[in-house]
Amino acid sequence: MGKTYQKPEALSDQHTHYCPGCTHGVIHRLIAEIIDELDIRGRCVGVAPVGCAVLAYNYFVFDFQEAAHGRAPAVATGIKRVRPDLFVFTYQGDGDLASIGMGEIIHAANRGEKFTSIFVNNAIYGMTGGQMAPTTMPGQHTTTSPFGRDVEDVGMPLKMAELLAALQTPAYITRQAVIKPKYIVKAKKAIKKAFTYQLEKRCFSFVELISTCPTNWAMTPNESVKWAEDTLLSYYELGEYKTPESLSGGANAK
Amino acid sequence: MGKKVLMKGNEAIGEAAIRAGCLNYFAYPITPQSEVAEYLSHRMPEVGGVFLQAESEVAVAYMIYGAAGAGARVFTTSSSPGISLMSEGLSYIAGAQLPAVFVNIVRGGPGLGGILPSQGDYFQATKGGGHGDYHLLVMAPESVQEAADMMMRAFPLAEKYRNPVIILGDGLIGQMMEPVEFHDHLRTDPVNNNHWATNGMQFRNSSKPNIVKSLFLDPDELNENNLILKAKYERMKKEDILFEPYNMDGPYQKLIVSYGTMSRVCKTAIDNLKVKGIEVGMIRPQTLFPFPETAVFEAAAKESCKAVISIELSMGQMVEDVQRCVQGLRPVHWYGECGGNVPTPEKVMDVVTSL
Repeated sequence: MGKTYQKPEALSDQHTHYCPGCTHGVIHRLIAEIIDELDIRGRCVGVAPVGCAVLAYNYFVFDFQEAAHGRAPAVATGIKRVRPDLFVFTYQGDGDLASIGMGEIIHAANRGEKFTSIFVNNAIYGMTGGQMAPTTMPGQHTTTSPFGRDVEDVGMPLKMAELLAALQTPAYITRQAVIKPKYIVKAKKAIKKAFTYQLEKRCFSFVELISTCPTNWAMTPNESVKWAEDTLLSYYELGEYKTPESLSGGANAK
Repeated sequence: MGKKVLMKGNEAIGEAAIRAGCLNYFAYPITPQSEVAEYLSHRMPEVGGVFLQAESEVAVAYMIYGAAGAGARVFTTSSSPGISLMSEGLSYIAGAQLPAVFVNIVRGGPGLGGILPSQGDYFQATKGGGHGDYHLLVMAPESVQEAADMMMRAFPLAEKYRNPVIILGDGLIGQMMEPVEFHDHLRTDPVNNNHWATNGMQFRNSSKPNIVKSLFLDPDELNENNLILKAKYERMKKEDILFEPYNMDGPYQKLIVSYGTMSRVCKTAIDNLKVKGIEVGMIRPQTLFPFPETAVFEAAAKESCKAVISIELSMGQMVEDVQRCVQGLRPVHWYGECGGNVPTPEKVMDVVTSL
């Protein structure tokens, strides 16, 4: 009987620094599997964020650049514009992409930059110790919203997939989850689609992934999966918000 | 040398970059340097290069980071408030040891300030601007020709040190039209950056990933990285100081230190004083970092020299470096104006003779 399951070549042997129950490891693995399947490791450049995944470059076996907080889409733009033959993706959290990096992500998406952004949304700042994120849920307790997020004071959580889907240029915008196997299977398909669209030289592709942060949510991994499914998924609806097929006229689809 | 053409400084800077083999340009419009972007928006497509108008100067700096990190020769141009926004990125670029060229066509500040010639960004360029222990290699041209020459020199220097180089002009250098000759065939060959650039493992036949980063969580590793940076700055001081001595052979009693646009006015003042029988010498730093420390010290130490004056379009920034170099040997004075009024030669003559 042959080997049916093994570590992807694109994934390194290093132990990650992620907390127990964190879904970054799942997402890393999905990305590595797809990079192997598409055989693009030799021309792949990842762009790491500032946040929990700041050390992502230690866990993959291909070229990586580490961006300043929020600037990954600008870094990826620089790489892809001067080297269109490279495969480029950014890996960003909610503080990085939806707060400090809002300008960079909107404009890269709107220009139709030909790279992919993986957006890990766990509704909290992880690396800095559990502060309120732009995606923190109403009433959610964090270290900077100790009485729960007050939407009268700081507004409603940002829906990045919907926001970016309002732009005409991007080719592919989707929101998936990685909190249970049934979601993970779909998430992998979505990431592979996004990567394939980039290889087809289509415009910007974006995959939002609803994730868990048991440590900063102060829950067990099991509780956090339940909370994510009950609370996050009822606000952040999963699905494909934009596909190349849904683009009218096709002017920017490719 | 090629044919002499009449060109605006900003356009000459853009053309010089292309002649230096830099075919990648990211920028955001700001007065008084927007002509660089306008010029390159049609020139870059002609030569098969990359031109992109970014959403902000913040983004520009990271496009430069990404492009340089991927091993491409890349540059941008901006003006003072824009360079402030890029300074976060400059710190990262220096920390990650990436070669890139920045041009600051300086305008008056602080804040929005004004759009006329200024040298108020001396501190920002030579002492930091962004956070952390780093330096830029800073060059300051006094003419359109020298701006073009420095552009062509900047790329090999950035690559030699894997460090950002900044050219400090001002509104006059950028806006003025002057005759300029471009060197032929000065297009420098791409350097071999396979040992650090994220240019794709398969393209360099390697199984080892390259990582472009400035994060070193281990204190010993960060210290080690900063020692590497320090060694580069020390090497710059040994190998790449540039300055022009002016009227230094005579028994001058006064020594001017001045650079860029201001130094041109000083040259006229020195020539006029010479006719009157008054000898004034000048050191014109062409690199502001590394600063011509020994040259300034030795010029001040000359027996005939009684006083030194730093003349600059700021409220006294370079004067601190001049004081540092003169080491108390002679009195060091300052004269300058801000706001965009460039002092006349007559004013400089009055100031120098009244010392």
